[in-house]
Amino acid sequence: MLNLQTITPLWGETPRVDRFNGLTITEVPNQALASLALRKGREDEGRKAAEAMLGFALPEVGRHAAEGLYAASWFAQDQWLISAETSEHELMSYQLVDAVAGLASVTEQTDGWCRFDLEGMCRGVFERLSGVNLAAMEAGSATRALLEHLSCMVICFETASHYSVLGPRSYARSLHHALVTAARSAL
Amino acid sequence: MTQSNRLNGGLINRGKPLNFNFDGRTYQGYEGDTLASALMANGVRFLGRSFKYHRPRGIFTAGSEEPNALVELRSGARQEPNTRATVAELYEGLVACSQNYKGSLRYDLLALNDLFSDILSAGFYYKTFMWPAAFWEKVYEPIIRSAAGLGRLSGEDDPDEYEKGFLHCDLLVIGGGPAGLMAALTAGRAGANVILADEDCRFGGRLNVEQEDVDGKPAVEWVEQAVAELTAMDNVRLMPRSTAMGAFDHGIYGVVERVQDHLHTPVEGKPRQTLWRVYSKRAILCAGATERPIVFPDNDRPGVMLAGSMRAYANRWAATPARMVAVFTNNDDGHRTAVDLMAKGVDVTAIVDARLDAPTLTGVRLISGAHVIGTKGRHGLSSIRVRQADGREETLACGALGVSGGWNPNVHLTCHQGGRPVWNESIAAFVPGQNIPVGMSVAGAAKGLFSTEDALRSGAEEALAALEILGIAASALKLPRAVNSAYNLQPLYHVPHGKGRAWLDLQNDVTVKDVKLAHQENYRSVEHLKRYTTLGMGTDQGKTANVNALAIMAELTGKSIPETGTTIFRPPYTPVTLGTIGGRTVGKHFHPTRETPTDKWAREHNAPFDIAGDWMRARWFPQPGETHWRQSADREACNVRKNVGICDVTTLGKIDVQGADAASFLNRVYANGFAKLAVGKVRYGIMLREDGACYDDGTAARLAEEHFVITTTTANAGAVLRNMEFARQCLWPDMDVQLISTTEAWAQYAIAGPKSRELLQRIVDSEFDISNEAFPFMACGSVTLCGGLRARLFRISFSGELAYELAVPTRYGDALWRRMLELGRGLGVAPYGLEALDIMRIEKGHPTGRELDGRATALMLGMGRMVSRKKDSIGSTLDQREGLTDPNGLRLVGLKPVNQSEVITAGSQLVNETAPVQIDSEQGHVTSACISPHLGHSIGMAYLKGGDQRMGEIIRVVDPVRGTDVKVQVISTHFFDPEGGRLRA
Repeated sequence: MLNLQTITPLWGETPRVDRFNGLTITEVPNQALASLALRKGREDEGRKAAEAMLGFALPEVGRHAAEGLYAASWFAQDQWLISAETSEHELMSYQLVDAVAGLASVTEQTDGWCRFDLEGMCRGVFERLSGVNLAAMEAGSATRALLEHLSCMVICFETASHYSVLGPRSYARSLHHALVTAARSAL
Repeated sequence: MTQSNRLNGGLINRGKPLNFNFDGRTYQGYEGDTLASALMANGVRFLGRSFKYHRPRGIFTAGSEEPNALVELRSGARQEPNTRATVAELYEGLVACSQNYKGSLRYDLLALNDLFSDILSAGFYYKTFMWPAAFWEKVYEPIIRSAAGLGRLSGEDDPDEYEKGFLHCDLLVIGGGPAGLMAALTAGRAGANVILADEDCRFGGRLNVEQEDVDGKPAVEWVEQAVAELTAMDNVRLMPRSTAMGAFDHGIYGVVERVQDHLHTPVEGKPRQTLWRVYSKRAILCAGATERPIVFPDNDRPGVMLAGSMRAYANRWAATPARMVAVFTNNDDGHRTAVDLMAKGVDVTAIVDARLDAPTLTGVRLISGAHVIGTKGRHGLSSIRVRQADGREETLACGALGVSGGWNPNVHLTCHQGGRPVWNESIAAFVPGQNIPVGMSVAGAAKGLFSTEDALRSGAEEALAALEILGIAASALKLPRAVNSAYNLQPLYHVPHGKGRAWLDLQNDVTVKDVKLAHQENYRSVEHLKRYTTLGMGTDQGKTANVNALAIMAELTGKSIPETGTTIFRPPYTPVTLGTIGGRTVGKHFHPTRETPTDKWAREHNAPFDIAGDWMRARWFPQPGETHWRQSADREACNVRKNVGICDVTTLGKIDVQGADAASFLNRVYANGFAKLAVGKVRYGIMLREDGACYDDGTAARLAEEHFVITTTTANAGAVLRNMEFARQCLWPDMDVQLISTTEAWAQYAIAGPKSRELLQRIVDSEFDISNEAFPFMACGSVTLCGGLRARLFRISFSGELAYELAVPTRYGDALWRRMLELGRGLGVAPYGLEALDIMRIEKGHPTGRELDGRATALMLGMGRMVSRKKDSIGSTLDQREGLTDPNGLRLVGLKPVNQSEVITAGSQLVNETAPVQIDSEQGHVTSACISPHLGHSIGMAYLKGGDQRMGEIIRVVDPVRGTDVKVQVISTHFFDPEGGRLRA
């Protein structure tokens, strides 16, 4: 039986929640992540094999899709970030490796990222952190963006009111600081 | 205390009196006042001393173009010098001081400078301060430093918060006067996403300061209604107190919002100012125009001001600079000042109009075809000297003079990307040229359309044009009825008569005489004129001076004004405090930090940190009783070689490489061979730049046929991935290879020392055989730990001991580290940090960034044969060029001191045994050095000319700066365990 404890990117036993006037920022550490990259000349085969496991089509450029256990965000050309809840699916990336059976390249990315979900009045926070054009981001879009010098991914679940911000895990404290400082200023 | 120069009316709130302090005295003003208007209402005319000559100066304008009325606003750490009193909003408890005097404002000791004005003319410093040479450092420089500048900084850290922001819009309207309001209304009603920004605290522009009607009601009311309508539109964002200070590429504008400058104490958590980056699809510049004066002798006394500003004070701020005023003008607009002041009960002694055919005005004396040729009144104007066309002169008593030489469209932002304005003869002013920033158009007075009617129409027209380009359907608004006042300007830039100096640039104390001097000394081009005289180089950018100066230079050179041209306009339009440019990235937030998986544990144990890139890395882990860093570092290093040490090496870049062509891709990227690396094996590799220099080293582990994980140095992780991506996407796009960074995703620990295998056996699950036979030196593979945790094990060594690197998903890193320390107690396990790491790698002669300094080649590093001649790889061709293969070139060697108690210092130079310490004796330099606890003496790694052929030779390590000179012997870099037996145990 595995007898090692995990720790969140913000060094907690449990995820951190920050509440502001009309906005909540929640640390989300319980996502198993994998990078899925199609192989040259075998793109269709790799895609099919992955989609068979996921149960939905891999999303187009700048989009995010989710259904059942899994979610996928477009990450780069022929590349996606796949996620699932760790509580049940910590080894998701290895299942994906098996599912694609060499037709695509899979890399575990679970601890490559930290994630903060923003729910409520989000606009002011992003206005203070990033050049992302929020008005142009509809629900189901995923975009790479620079937030306070950090290369992040922003996923929109609901325009103006529900977003995920993923940043490099080692920068978690800096990213969190930037988010809460912006929230405190905006609200 | 009564406000003796307060008038009736105005846009001030008499229900909210405000107390403020200027130069130690308390005064009262009202909400809506600026510091300047409140001082004026209180009869304060004398606000500061000029830069060079320390002449008394007063308020010149009513806006951000102000050259004179600069004050130190606030006190303590928030004190801000050179703040324009004309735009500082008054608040309760405001404190301000005048600037630039020694002694007191009234009795300034440096006013003596004025007596030496002949010596202190333009460019005097190019001709002085040269003799005697010895005086420069001790006498001249200190004097110049203390005389330089206008206001003083507090010297304390800026305690305020600042912010950066990002906004997107369809249309950015810069300026909220008549043109801007119409543009915003037009676009707002059409549903476009609009931002309307104005530097003032209220929208309206000149409509707030003129006595005129718009659409049958007072202009101010029309403005209020327009603003109310715009406020109610969700698609319009109003930004008052926001200066669009620069037009940058791609429709991006810098807008500085003064969020809390109008409050006594800023609210915590909110910024004092915000620098917004506005991404616009289209922009309309409605920045209005700035009046210019007519230049005449002694035109700089307190009380002499722009005519348009004088009536702005009367109309908007209900203040007059004096109870008896005069006007000097060359156009009809100047007459409005006389009309408005008389309407408020101020005596206007005369309008001095340079035009012979000037129109008369009821109730005031008009002297046509006349010039003001002088003034009197040291601390404030008391009279003017007027000369008529026939030569008759007279003196007129007055306390203030409103001067109007015409209006200059505010073209600045149209020229921020290198464009130049063009001269419009009919209004004798520069207007925007053809080459203006992409996406920008101009409306209203900024374009040379000065009447209100024209401005309103122009704003609406430009908005419609912009909307059409944006593809947004819009209908023309019904244009409000407005004034179409006459202008009838007859250009007059400076008067030809009168005695004394005539000022052009008030802030930098540049006179007509200075321009003539520049011309005489052959600094005739406009760029030379500017820099030789410093005209236009002050904080006001010469806004009220430039055109007059150009006109004078044009006269002197016999060219026209357009032929003379302008200098380049650059952002920012008005000064921006550095804190605003810094935003939130100050102090410890200057750059984001990266934390390793052992960061929490390290802090709990008081480890000091080093910053490597953005990473915080522990330098050593002090034990109780240790007071010097070497006690800790030496202990840690010795413990590794004796027992087992663990070190967090997560920061080294890790890149996952997969694909059918992964091996051949790596073969092209590394100088040495990787195509035939067996699965389950790791190999050391070096990477070259295209020019043949070695820029990074690391390892590549083959986990499967088509799956590698490579490592890089900490500092170059980003660069290596970037270069590999470039190679993948651009150089060899047909190769099947996928890359992704896994630096963050895996916590990686070095486990090193004779007992490292034993420690590993206590955590690696028993089904994995990690004996020397099953897992030899340079093996790698996947294992599980602690009851099933997935992990990767690599048998590689940086320390030279039996060693491994172990990687687990980062979320388990903290727990694993603590577990190893717990389980390894009986084995003598101890953590080791950067210092011990460095000591041990120097003892083994391993290069790091110190040796890979950007010039090092594989040959220099002693790795020449690692660059394979059997296959092509990046840099392998240029690695062979003549300049890099000189046998007497630098080679990496080891050094040990002849006298073992002496110390070798990194960075020192190498010279031959008996050579003098001078530049042509240079034989190389020391790259790394340490005092080895294992060898008991100092050792160093160095680049030495032809070093590989000089083993055993005695040379010297010298540092002329620190004055050290140590005899050393040239030896191999493999100081410790040269056979490498310990690695393979």
